Amino acid sequence: MKAKWWVVLLLLGRLAGCRTGQPETAQPQELTVFAASSLTDAFNELAQAFEAQNTAVEVVLNFASSSQLAAQLTEGAVADVFASANATQMQNVVNSGRITPGAEDWFVSNRLTIIVPADNPAGIHSLEDVAQPGVQLILAVKGVPVRQYTDEVVAAMAADFQEHFYNNLVSEEDNVRQVSAKVALGEADAGIVYTSDVTPDIAGRVQQIAIPEAQNVAAAYPIAPLADAPQPELAQSFIEFVLSAEGQSILAKWGFGPPPTS
Amino acid sequence: MAVRQWKGSVASTSSAPWQNRVFSVLAVVLAGIMAVFLIIPFIALIWRAVTLEGHIAASELSIASAVALSLGTTAVTIVFIVILGTPLAYFLARHQFPLKRLLTLFIEMPIVMPPVVAGLALLSAFGRRGLIGAPLASLNISVTFTLTAVILAQLFVSSPFYIRSAQSRFESLPREYEDAAAVDGASRWVIFWRVILPQSTRALLTGLILSWARALGEFGATILFAGNLQGRTQTLPLLVYGALEQDLRVTFVTALILLALAVLAFSLTRWLTGLDDYEGDTPTILG
Repeated sequence: MKAKWWVVLLLLGRLAGCRTGQPETAQPQELTVFAASSLTDAFNELAQAFEAQNTAVEVVLNFASSSQLAAQLTEGAVADVFASANATQMQNVVNSGRITPGAEDWFVSNRLTIIVPADNPAGIHSLEDVAQPGVQLILAVKGVPVRQYTDEVVAAMAADFQEHFYNNLVSEEDNVRQVSAKVALGEADAGIVYTSDVTPDIAGRVQQIAIPEAQNVAAAYPIAPLADAPQPELAQSFIEFVLSAEGQSILAKWGFGPPPTS
Repeated sequence: MAVRQWKGSVASTSSAPWQNRVFSVLAVVLAGIMAVFLIIPFIALIWRAVTLEGHIAASELSIASAVALSLGTTAVTIVFIVILGTPLAYFLARHQFPLKRLLTLFIEMPIVMPPVVAGLALLSAFGRRGLIGAPLASLNISVTFTLTAVILAQLFVSSPFYIRSAQSRFESLPREYEDAAAVDGASRWVIFWRVILPQSTRALLTGLILSWARALGEFGATILFAGNLQGRTQTLPLLVYGALEQDLRVTFVTALILLALAVLAFSLTRWLTGLDDYEGDTPTILG
């Protein structure tokens, strides 16, 4: 009962996929991957490369904030692989019983950066400037991994910085790509996203203001197969592909760092 | 000819009862599927809401502020709809001019337009880089991510319901009333206030309630144009969506509040249109 609407959504996605897909004769195996929205470009390319190696496979990608994906999976959405932008949302799915504890692998890391519109209307040159009065700041909504990492960075700052910083917040967006899109549109003075979110598509419309290493956090991304994956072997080989040299070089190309060594 | 045709159909009567039965069964089955499909989600929503475990202590604040924000902004919206929409509806009802159909098309467009497209359109107009937003920004006035943006989004998507309802009522009023009153020396103010408005109250109220319900449910344009921040721009529909991944109880409680308000709005319009109809046929959009 719970799962019904997500099943319908996935079926719709499947129909949409079929229209652009191969001739009817070859019935491709379908691999459903739920991935954090910061992974959008990298996973689109990874999926293409994976499909090129496994011609009988069609990768169906579902991008949203990790917290939304975790909520969907907890509600029973059918998927083979979950790639989260933080451990918390992965743990939520593990706690729901959909992922076997210990099945997760770290596969990539990311850093935070401040982005401002190309003409930098508020004149921001450092993290401190973001707390200046009158700056229109947008962040992802609480629960989205990038927001959790941002809150960690801010928590290490002085108390009055923290107060002014959050006072400047004008909107809490659904996922990290909504933040970068609205900054690129020039609607906000500043946003905090991952370095990997400054894709070629928006690079010309935003400026990056680096957050110094000492203040930054390393965002580590875990990936895991679903315990009840319809395609368990494919799920495993997709994860192996993500962890392989080829997969890692695609991720690096989109601005991600190597996974934490542990 | 008629006799021959009659005979022809007599020839097939042996199979008619069978076909009729198929028709009845099929109609009942299909109608049943449609009806169940329409009803089940409501039952499921209410069932899920009342059977959810846990309590909503810490996050009640978010619901309270969203209720206040939604009721406050929709109240402002309907005031603007009445003040600006009534003259527009009256003008459209009383005047013929070139390109009137085109103007009407634009005015009614938000009824059928996907709200998220409406949000994008509003952003293009009133955003900081927008047609009107850019000059405003140079005066240090920023609309995006403010309460004003919430109200503009609601006004844009909901006013057509009222305007349409008011316009068709005004059109149905015979001009003779106004002419007679004018002959008696009544000013145009008095005619509008004492002749036209009293005869249109129900149509206006019905349109206004529909607009209000639409404004209350506004989501797509709001989240795109006004953003989402608790206590500032987070209306009830935004909270339903936002809380989904954080606190399911808040989501369902908020959804029930919206459902209750929708039922209230719907009952009011039904009651108004069902009242002894001295106004003649009240235009209904609900049909």
